Amino acid sequence: MPRRSDIHKILLIGSGPIVIGQGCEFDYSGTQACKALKEEGYEVVLINSNPATIMTDPEVADRTYIEPLTFEYVSKLIELERPDALLPTLGGQTALNLAVKLAEEGVLKKYNVEMLGASLEAIKKAEDRELFKAAMKKIGLDVPKSMTVTSHEEARVAVKALGYPIIIRPAFTLGGSGGNISYSEEDFERMVESGLIASPIRQLLLEESILGWKEFELEVMRDKKDNVVIICSIENLDPMGIHTGDSITVAPQQTLTDREYQVMRDASIKVIREIGVDTGGSNIQFGVDPKNGRQVVIEMNPRVSRSSSLASKATGFPIAKIAAKLAIGYTLDELPNDITKETMAAFEPTIDYVVTKIPRFAFEKFPHTSPMLTTQMKSVGEAMAIGRTFEESLLKALRSLECGWKGLDPIAGASPGEVMKRLREPTPDRILWVGEAFRQGIGVEEVYELTKIDPWFLHKISAIVKTGDTHFQKSSCPRSFRTVDTCAAEFIAYTPYFYSTIGEEDDLLARGTQGLWLFWAPAPIASARG
Amino acid sequence: MVILGSGPNRIGQGIEFDYACVQASFALRELGVKSVMVNCNPETVSTDYDTSDKLYFEPLTFNDVLPIIEREKPRGVIVQFGGQTPLKLALALKKAGAPIIGTDPNDIDRAENRKLFNEIIEKLKLKQPEGATATNVDEAVAVAERIGYPVLVRPSYVLGGRAMEIVYDQNGLEFYMKYAVKASPEHPVLVDRFLKSATEIDVDALSDGSDVYVAGIMEHIEEAGIHSGDSSCVLPPHSLPENVVKEIERQTIMLAKELNVIGLMNIQFAVQNGEIYILEVNPRASRTVPFVSKATGLSLARIATKVMLGHKLKDLVSLRGAIAPKQSPELNMGDCHAPSGLAMTKHYSVKTPVFPFNKFPGVDTILGPEMKSTGEVMGIAETFGEAFAKAQEAAGNKLPSHGSIFISIKDTDKEAIIPIAVSLIESGFNVVATRGTKMFLHEHGVPATGINKLLEGPPHIVDALKNKKIQLVINTTAGRPSIGDSYSIRRTALERGVPYFTTIEGAKAAAESVKIVKRNAGAINIKPIQKYNLDY
Amino acid sequence: MKKAYLILSDGKIFQGASFGFENETAGEVVFNTSISGYQEILTDPSYHGQIVVMTYPHIGNYGINPEDMESDKPQVAGFIVRSYCENPSNWRMTETLASFLKRHKIVAGTGFDTRTIVKYIRDNGAKPALLIVSDELPKDAVERAKKVPSMNGQDLASKVTCVAPRRCKAVAPRRREVVLYDFGAKRNITRMLQERGCNVTVVPATTPAKEVLKMKPDGIMLSNGPGDPAAVTYAIENIKQLLGKVPIFGICLGHQLLALALGGKTYKLKFGHRGGNQPVKNLRTGKVEITSQNHGFAVDADSLKNTEITHINLNDNTIEGIAAPKLKAYSVQYHPEASPGPHDASYLFDQFMEMMR
Repeated sequence: MPRRSDIHKILLIGSGPIVIGQGCEFDYSGTQACKALKEEGYEVVLINSNPATIMTDPEVADRTYIEPLTFEYVSKLIELERPDALLPTLGGQTALNLAVKLAEEGVLKKYNVEMLGASLEAIKKAEDRELFKAAMKKIGLDVPKSMTVTSHEEARVAVKALGYPIIIRPAFTLGGSGGNISYSEEDFERMVESGLIASPIRQLLLEESILGWKEFELEVMRDKKDNVVIICSIENLDPMGIHTGDSITVAPQQTLTDREYQVMRDASIKVIREIGVDTGGSNIQFGVDPKNGRQVVIEMNPRVSRSSSLASKATGFPIAKIAAKLAIGYTLDELPNDITKETMAAFEPTIDYVVTKIPRFAFEKFPHTSPMLTTQMKSVGEAMAIGRTFEESLLKALRSLECGWKGLDPIAGASPGEVMKRLREPTPDRILWVGEAFRQGIGVEEVYELTKIDPWFLHKISAIVKTGDTHFQKSSCPRSFRTVDTCAAEFIAYTPYFYSTIGEEDDLLARGTQGLWLFWAPAPIASARG
Repeated sequence: MVILGSGPNRIGQGIEFDYACVQASFALRELGVKSVMVNCNPETVSTDYDTSDKLYFEPLTFNDVLPIIEREKPRGVIVQFGGQTPLKLALALKKAGAPIIGTDPNDIDRAENRKLFNEIIEKLKLKQPEGATATNVDEAVAVAERIGYPVLVRPSYVLGGRAMEIVYDQNGLEFYMKYAVKASPEHPVLVDRFLKSATEIDVDALSDGSDVYVAGIMEHIEEAGIHSGDSSCVLPPHSLPENVVKEIERQTIMLAKELNVIGLMNIQFAVQNGEIYILEVNPRASRTVPFVSKATGLSLARIATKVMLGHKLKDLVSLRGAIAPKQSPELNMGDCHAPSGLAMTKHYSVKTPVFPFNKFPGVDTILGPEMKSTGEVMGIAETFGEAFAKAQEAAGNKLPSHGSIFISIKDTDKEAIIPIAVSLIESGFNVVATRGTKMFLHEHGVPATGINKLLEGPPHIVDALKNKKIQLVINTTAGRPSIGDSYSIRRTALERGVPYFTTIEGAKAAAESVKIVKRNAGAINIKPIQKYNLDY
Repeated sequence: MKKAYLILSDGKIFQGASFGFENETAGEVVFNTSISGYQEILTDPSYHGQIVVMTYPHIGNYGINPEDMESDKPQVAGFIVRSYCENPSNWRMTETLASFLKRHKIVAGTGFDTRTIVKYIRDNGAKPALLIVSDELPKDAVERAKKVPSMNGQDLASKVTCVAPRRCKAVAPRRREVVLYDFGAKRNITRMLQERGCNVTVVPATTPAKEVLKMKPDGIMLSNGPGDPAAVTYAIENIKQLLGKVPIFGICLGHQLLALALGGKTYKLKFGHRGGNQPVKNLRTGKVEITSQNHGFAVDADSLKNTEITHINLNDNTIEGIAAPKLKAYSVQYHPEASPGPHDASYLFDQFMEMMR
């Protein structure tokens, strides 16, 4: 279907300043979207209060407003600019919440602004915990047992029914803000209070604890013809109980059989259809019981998210760019795959490498706070690494963090008691403690009991520690560079996107494209490696 | 050209550096030069493979970057834009033969190395706060005795002011040296006099080796001592006399030439009683580059990139609204002289940081020299007051238009608060204060209602905040003891979303903004940035 | 671990280490891009005579379990991966992949530079090869590799078909009788039919059409299978005799045989489609399905007359589905029964049920 010609001016809402839970991933998606829409000939109006973004550069959008992201300012902007449509799904939770308010207060109707990407109804179905639960029940999907509350009294009733530990999730927040896990009456009231304050609609979801379950995410895209594709599967190394933004995650998923994976895939397709995201991307999170494989849907973000940026970089598939084009009427089979240049965007990327994402924290800045990781996100940034194996990828990720780690570094002077404690209580450096535990001869089962990190990962980490090559740089094999191509080499790719690996052939040299880089005069470089 | 990115986001090194890297890529594209980006942060535009001609998703360590440089054999490697991350690699890469372009790593080192920096300051006859390095507790105490408390202590060569602190007495200093840092001959600690009640100025400049262009002068709306990344600032400066601005320019130009800057440079000055002190010089892209670029319409990082490739400033920068280039006889440097801060932009731009405090229960919100903000917002308007108001609102700190304002300040600020309180009352607010402040205000004819400190029991200020009886808080403190007392005030204000200011400068800005907002009677003025810098 | 060598018929050699049965094997080297599903792939009879290379590096992660078998044993001639997982983890696991392969005498190698092998196949076509487990590369290995026969002209269906007919009862009401021609059928085809209420009689590939008609089926299923469809001449004959008499649904090899029976031609693709992410466009609805595929041959579009092309591959426009509505026959090149792979196409089974009224 051709792209829409009945709309000409599109308003994009950015995500505002970088805060924990909403970082610069939205600059990336917003910038891609602006470019994509301009390419298609639309006039793009952008509002964002954050100057430290590429998207607010004067050439990215046609008219850029660096103004506060509040209801009043955006309303004024709509009154002034009279856009035909609003695309709120690329600016994170901030943009989405604003869009909801604009719709509910009648501003969009008054000025005849169409909401693209996701309707108000869809957004609410996904974000309002009660509506979401009902929607999942309707399509026959399992969710953790829960109750929605809006007051302390209701909360007390809920915890009586669900028991401790209990998970507290405020509605309509980002990064799990205001959320927590309560283990006993001691901190329950306080956490409920924080949660109610954090939610713009003073609504909390109190959920049975599925702490220790495995956590997965799928990045899904849908077009207006109802074609749905899965862009990326992500497995959290850290189990449920730690926010996915604070967890070490791996793409693709590693420990599900195909049958189990297809159940999850089918579920995510049902979810995006039932919630009603007409076009664009969504992130859907699942919990899996390691004992029996029972799958539950945890939550769904009807918008581009932090994981979408990760998924885009991990697979080479530009989610935000495609989402923007889907919003204005294209279908997936009409959009070309920029990487292979010969195939279409309607496909599911397959990868032949492993991607590890590792969060970056800043607890050293706040020395009097507890660095424990919970359901409320605390990391300030993240690093990602690509390798041909999980081991390579993990070690590269560790040294990408810039906190002085060279790999699975040993922890000097760690007593066995301390190791046990640190395994039980997740902190940002827990992965090093896992390595240390293996160094001290503690077995995989025991480490699993304390951490609930799937044994697949634990065995790999144990093996790394045993070889002693925790930096993965001592290998005498030469380093080579390989391409990220969305298709595991099935098609020739033209992406100039590379990662390094050791001991394999080089995609770059094999391509024989040295001739292209004519600009560079060879400079004599002494190989001064230590 | 290989561009080294800034790695994962963290406090002190966020998206601003990635911004500069991306701009560098765009600049190279404009020049028809192939760009190769190296970075490991999946959230950013720099790792979009469309941004540069080639992308290597790799850790930014020496052993990972060198093979890429060996493979690509670039004409140049850019290390200036990614913040501390690539800078740390600069010297080692240069030694290994990598063609680093822009300001020479050795010159960069001269600015970061305490001893060498001192030599530069002396040579140019400039001023910096007294201080010295110390490698153990005794040395530190001796230095502090000599220069006088309070002192600013920090380990050398860090980012985001990590482990930086203002220390008020010997006990504090000993505590710091014993527990906060591990000083040693290889890792000395810098002990400097802390300039009280000084205004901090941030300057971003460009140099091509012969000409220097002062791109942006920002005045901080907080005392010096709070990390520059954590304070609000305004461009152009709104309270500096013109002669001070000119002198700052002169010093900027001198330093740029002395350090042979090719590309960007950032300098932090402090102005105390008309005297100008140099706090820090960073011959690289700074955090403020994106803000200055948006405020002035000049893409600093892009220009810097072109300069690094040999282009001349005078070909790149069109001096909009500028005074004709001046030939200063005493300088004799043939400099391409930017218009002064006041003439540079007709509008005001205010940058305000946002903090993650609500994510960390129990954290005190007092800002100190260690950077704590995660991001920033910007407000642009024709007047300073309106720009500040917008920035505050964008940061989630919307200023009230009526209600009560709580004031509790340290003794040294009492004089300064009078005009502020008067202005606020004129704007229709009630002033509420604790005993000492209230008495002082009454003595000076300023009406104020009394309220108890937390320790004095109800009705006290924390309850009032909880019950939404207070709409704005001005609470300045001095030294450690009183910081603890007012902790709950600040914390509660944060939790309830009540704007609060912990410095006189901030309070002044708030008062001015509130006045303008009232005058505008709630009208909202917005304009696309494409329009702002075209207006002359 | 002993070393392992993959020697292609054009002399190219790759090296790795053995983790399966220590022996020597020969077959056509093909690659599969699925990330999960190795157990189903290994036990799919369509892979008979083929050495399968997995593009995804970590294989064996979840071990082997008794449920995910597509036939009673692994069918591949050989198996090559980048990184075999020695410590798998999954709640359904009953044995490790290595133990499974060794038990069934399948030669398998790990530590191979699979991406380079895949690129080579992509650029040069699927090649016959030898996979040898040995620390030293035998001197005559290259010579012998050259002699490994290609897939062309090979009727492998007869090698994997069942020996005698058997009956699989429906597991849901509705009651239809389906006869399934076993050319190397994957179990999930039968399961999908059973779940929809069909009693399935699985018959050997060579079963004459007359005998099938005697069973009075409501519909006939032509299964997937290995080898060159043009070589399965007996089946083509049988199908010709069945056309128009009973509704027919064909999958993969079955689809190719149906096309041949309708007078079309087939040809060999350069390296085939094998994976779970192949996009197929349904020309009737305009929608896209993500499909599971495993085929080395395809139907030649120009050779079809009086046959509707219902589906095409979005990547290279090859034919993915045909239909002859008047004859109540249709087929698809890909695998609607998945296993492994996405379930987007399971509606085709519902379509079959509709047709069998």
